[in-house]
Amino acid sequence: MIAMPEKLRAALVIARRDFVAVIFSKTFIFFLIGPLFPVLVGGMAGNIGNKVQQNADRPTIGVAMAGADADRLLAARAELNGRLAGQFPELVVLKRVAPGQSFDARVALANDKQRVTAVVGGTLDAPTLTGPTERVRQWVGLVSNMAAHARSSSAMTYPDVAVTEVNTSVAKVRSTQAYVAQGSQVVLFLLTMLLAGMVLSNLVEEKGNKIIEVLAAAIPLDAMFMGKLFAMLGVSLVGIAVWGSVGGLLILIGGQGLPAMTAPAVGWPLFALLGFLYFTMAYLLMGSLFLSIGGMASTVREVQTLSMPVSMFQLMVFFFASYALSSPGTWVEWASLIFPVSSPYAMLARAAQEPEIWPHLVALAWQVLWVVLIVRAGASLFRRTVMKSGPSRPNPAGLLVRLIWRRQGEAY
Amino acid sequence: MKIELGEWPVSGNGVELGSDVELAIEARGLVKRFDGFTAVDGVDLSVPKGSIFGILGPNGAGKTTTLRILLGIIDPDEGFRRVLGSEQPMQVARRIGYLPEERGLYPAMKAYEAIAFLASLRGVPLKEGRRKGRELLEEHGLGYAADRQIRQMSKGMAQQVQLLGTLVHEPDLVVFDEPFSGLDALNQGKLERMIRALAERGTTVIFSTHVIAHAERLCDRIAIIAGGKVPFAGPVDVARDRLRPQVRLETRQHDGPWRAAIPADARHEGAFWYFTLPETGIEPLLRALIEGDAGILSLSIERAGLHDAFVAIAGEAAARALEESAGEPR
Repeated sequence: MIAMPEKLRAALVIARRDFVAVIFSKTFIFFLIGPLFPVLVGGMAGNIGNKVQQNADRPTIGVAMAGADADRLLAARAELNGRLAGQFPELVVLKRVAPGQSFDARVALANDKQRVTAVVGGTLDAPTLTGPTERVRQWVGLVSNMAAHARSSSAMTYPDVAVTEVNTSVAKVRSTQAYVAQGSQVVLFLLTMLLAGMVLSNLVEEKGNKIIEVLAAAIPLDAMFMGKLFAMLGVSLVGIAVWGSVGGLLILIGGQGLPAMTAPAVGWPLFALLGFLYFTMAYLLMGSLFLSIGGMASTVREVQTLSMPVSMFQLMVFFFASYALSSPGTWVEWASLIFPVSSPYAMLARAAQEPEIWPHLVALAWQVLWVVLIVRAGASLFRRTVMKSGPSRPNPAGLLVRLIWRRQGEAY
Repeated sequence: MKIELGEWPVSGNGVELGSDVELAIEARGLVKRFDGFTAVDGVDLSVPKGSIFGILGPNGAGKTTTLRILLGIIDPDEGFRRVLGSEQPMQVARRIGYLPEERGLYPAMKAYEAIAFLASLRGVPLKEGRRKGRELLEEHGLGYAADRQIRQMSKGMAQQVQLLGTLVHEPDLVVFDEPFSGLDALNQGKLERMIRALAERGTTVIFSTHVIAHAERLCDRIAIIAGGKVPFAGPVDVARDRLRPQVRLETRQHDGPWRAAIPADARHEGAFWYFTLPETGIEPLLRALIEGDAGILSLSIERAGLHDAFVAIAGEAAARALEESAGEPR
């Protein structure tokens, strides 16, 4: 066995080389501005969406009733508007129907000039509502309410409600913390998804340069794996620091403070620390897995083909952790806390909702253990499958790539 | 310690060393299988400290796998190895230098940084590695390229940089896998001189090759490897002595009683007789030739070369494979 300090020293030699190589490469600037693209695209898409929304007609119900009924219905709408939750559709009188006269609601709905979404007909005692299924189901209660209000003979009086506002309530705190938990999971997932995939191709350079054998002869392979993970983690943290600083600066320049938010159960400072630690663990866990898989690949093409299933795997882990968030106290939550790669997501969500600290210490130790185990297994697999000469079968990654290509009906 | 080549008793597949000889590498019964293919099949090696040891064999014979096992890059399925006194080669990695057959460095690194990086892998502090890197480049006439990136260098220059990086930490044991492949004649000569210089200062050098001439010129001892097995391991002279010397004789007389002294399987080509020196030695033959009045015009006794020894030890097929390996572009 090689002593731990020696392995750590070797890992740092690799980490320093890789870190410097990435940070001082010309392509690093593209890495830094990478997140700008989705922000730009998101902003543009939001603008377009707003314009489309503004241009869209507000939902309108056409009224085709006897003149008096129609007027009373309009008055009832005016009275109720603002007193009930939700948005009231506009009411527009299509026709004041004379006694014995009929009105075809379907024709009105098909009329492009009138542009109503549904039509109320009949009488106040027996109103009818014609329209698309989802609208009819949405508005039937509302129309009934307005009709009841309209046919009431006495004018309703609405008493003033004395209001006492408090900052929060237990229910609101719990619900906000659930949002914080969910939000933190999303942020953690996005960062891990963006950054952990980078390690997939990390060993291709060494294999391409033929330097892998020099490294393998000089230092333990697991130290090399750890070094590569540390380097890419460092690169990721530099990226996060830059993006965070730019974001903060933009908020300051915009003269807006951060909106006041309910503190997570462990408090903001500890939550931030745990967020950092769980990002580190999520990165190292996913990264060690990807490094092991990517280590089997011989070419950039193989790595590219592997990146899709790897992204799918990340998504599955995230969905699992998110689902567990909605099932507190069940075996699903426990499974997500224990399953190594979902554990950081689940535990960060827990930090938002539960104040105990000790479970985090246990979870972090558990996750560190798994990082070490995965790295060792990956290094061992690498040694057995890659570091050999003479006739050999295709490596596992190569086999997977061939399978994918064959499925796509393309000659490999 | 001076090693007396002639004193080692012959046994098994080669020559055992005296018990007082300090070994840099000792391997017994190494076996390595890959997917059912046995790449190394019971290899025994004893490499004395301070010696130059060659592993000779055609491509695919198991040379690289053997070296990788000795370096701890891979572990054997069976057998035992001890390198510089440790059964875990990684534990003594700082005392070992390794130049693999497939050479490579990070293309974006500057020459002196590449040497410093290789040194730091072997435990030399980065600052010291950088200083030594520049010094070594100066010493070997590459000082002008110290700040040049590897990608801006010729293949030969990059190979020299890697060689310097292999030796920068002054290792006790240097392992070269096919060190002469890809080098021109001038640089092959330089490398031979460097290997001799390393051995002179007490460094153990082990290298694999499929070029017999290099092994013959440089090595104190060799191991012949074919099909994953080692049919011979010992001094070069002992390998050559496996074959009887060859006699070339030219006589004035074409026939006479002296003909009885010449082996029955002797070849007669032109004016010359070619035959293996009889086990009785040269004196009875000479006496028979003189007393039989053969009229000796010329007589030469040639010791077998390493190539002939290789053929005799590893077989015709292995020798042919070796020649084909040497002819292949690498």
